[in-house]
Amino acid sequence: MSIKADNLVWKIGTKRVIDGVSFEAEPGKLLGLLGPNGSGKTSLLRLLAGLKRPHAGRVMLDGQDISSFRRRAIAQRVAFIEQHATTNANLKVIDVVKLGRFPHRTMLSGWTREDDRAVNEALERTGMSGKRDDAWQSLSGGEKQRTHVARALAQSPSELILDEPTNHLDVQHQISLLRLISSLPITSIIALHDLNHAAMYCDRLIVMQAGWIVASGTPQDVLTQRLLREVFSVDAHIETSPHHARPHIHFQR
Amino acid sequence: MSTTVSVSQPAERLPRLVWGAGLLLGSLLAIGLVVGISVGIGDMPIPLSTTYAVITNKLGWTSFELNRIHAAIVWDYRLSRSLVAAFCGAGLALAGAIMQSMLRNPLAEPYVLGISAGASTGAVLIVMLGLGAGAVSLSMGAFVGAFAAFLFVALLSNGARGGADRTILAGVAASQLFNAATSYIVTTAGNAQQARDVMFWLLGSFGGVRWPDLFLVSVVVGLGLVACLCYARVLDAFAFGDEAAASLGVNVAQTRIVLFALTAVMTATIVSMVGTIGFVGLVVPHAARFVVGPRHARLLPACAIVGAIFMVVADIASRVLIPQQSLPIGVVTALVGVPFFAVILYRLQRAS
Ligand SMILES: Nc1ncnc2c1ncn2[C@@H]1O[C@H](COP(=O)(O)OP(=O)(O)OP(=O)(O)O)[C@@H](O)[C@H]1O
Ligand SMILES: [Mg+2]
Repeated sequence: MSIKADNLVWKIGTKRVIDGVSFEAEPGKLLGLLGPNGSGKTSLLRLLAGLKRPHAGRVMLDGQDISSFRRRAIAQRVAFIEQHATTNANLKVIDVVKLGRFPHRTMLSGWTREDDRAVNEALERTGMSGKRDDAWQSLSGGEKQRTHVARALAQSPSELILDEPTNHLDVQHQISLLRLISSLPITSIIALHDLNHAAMYCDRLIVMQAGWIVASGTPQDVLTQRLLREVFSVDAHIETSPHHARPHIHFQR
Repeated sequence: MSTTVSVSQPAERLPRLVWGAGLLLGSLLAIGLVVGISVGIGDMPIPLSTTYAVITNKLGWTSFELNRIHAAIVWDYRLSRSLVAAFCGAGLALAGAIMQSMLRNPLAEPYVLGISAGASTGAVLIVMLGLGAGAVSLSMGAFVGAFAAFLFVALLSNGARGGADRTILAGVAASQLFNAATSYIVTTAGNAQQARDVMFWLLGSFGGVRWPDLFLVSVVVGLGLVACLCYARVLDAFAFGDEAAASLGVNVAQTRIVLFALTAVMTATIVSMVGTIGFVGLVVPHAARFVVGPRHARLLPACAIVGAIFMVVADIASRVLIPQQSLPIGVVTALVGVPFFAVILYRLQRAS
């Protein structure tokens, strides 16, 4: 149930996109990954999901190096939602969600009740049950995103990695998605751009800049006026919200 | 949790299995029928019942009294030809379906890899330089050429790591290179008669095929179909691209190599036997997808069946369109394929 990054380095050519990143995700908690465009969030998440191999350092799953796992074994426990993933195949929502069961099935095994249960539950939780037979091409951007989340949940993961899953979602669905993910009893790592959402729902935050971690800790500790100015180049006033007791950021006009 | 949805409980599965078996049987009958019709057509028309009797006689099930010449024509020439056509159509369609799914490009087909161009170069080299003798060495040349093109594309697209677009670009480059090589050889080394022969072969012909060819192509395409079906779910997982497939647990690099090698073997076998027949690999998967949907457990068998029927019908057309003369089969498939290609392009444009 835990993911640990140990001094990760990942390069494209000679450019160090990830440059010595170490942290540990607390089991069962939601870890938020913040940072400006191009700071290396997507790259880091790919390393964590085992999709790319680091040039130095390692990713540990429950104390074991992820590179010692077979691809399928990783997929049975780690689900990953990409930033942009689309298809030109004429699939239905239900077909896409069923893909989540792929790592749990062998070549000859049929479709089981357990598979059915996982798929239906995932559709239910993401509010996509009513659209299960709709064509992928006919979905709105937000519905596509929710279908991806449903696919990832159908994978029954113990670690969930999400790259900006709230893009394209309307306010209602942004909130309900974050609420859903923060309520799951699994370890989740989520890249986000909305700092207030991150403050409200994440248990801990990591802030990246140019491939480094520049701050990490609880939202209260991390989200400071100084950090926002230095990392995001914005002036803001931060107060503790009287409604949810988490930091709330007022950006200066 | 809703209780109304139950996708496939065992009780509901049985009728679906029965349906599947029925459809399969029906399709095989349809293939049998077009093959029977195809066998009947030619300079000497032969009725379906005679064809049937010849086959059952040869299999030792019956002993009808039959015209010897009819029996010889059916058994020695036309039946093997029609069956080879069916297997070639099935194989090319399968190869096309796999490439379209792996490369996530609706316009991909075996020829995009440049395999047919490579095969042509190999065959033309043999014919023009007068190496070896007869059809066997020509086939060998085609086979070697096809694999040379495959290796060329594999190297140029950086093995399995290159990604789909690079593979397609590398394939286009390979086609250009090998086609240029073929033209160079034909224009510099050959006489007019040789050039004509080569042209005819390049455009595809079932004229010379006999039982040994059928044996080879049925084994290759049959095993190919089985292997592809083992990868049906894996191919489904490629719907959202390589990275999504990897995150679902697919070993992307290995799958790429296995499936591309498989399409290369099928295409090379077919091209070396009957020449280059275009557009079947493009047209048939789209038609099949339109009917049975994008999931590969159904799509792949459907491609094999539709491909087989399409090719046998094209073979019939190539012999009856112009009296007393047979068109190269590639001409017929292209005449059907190009308008279809246009429709696909048009629909893609509207969708985006
Ligand atoms: N294929 C590539 N070739 C060259 N540079 C790349 C490539 N992919 C990523 N990069 C670089 O790596 C850095 C990190 O990219 P990454 O996608 O991880 O950023 P990110 O934090 O996810 O950004 P965003 O918020 O825009 O999603 C960027 O500077 C980017 O330009
Ligand atoms: Mg990103």
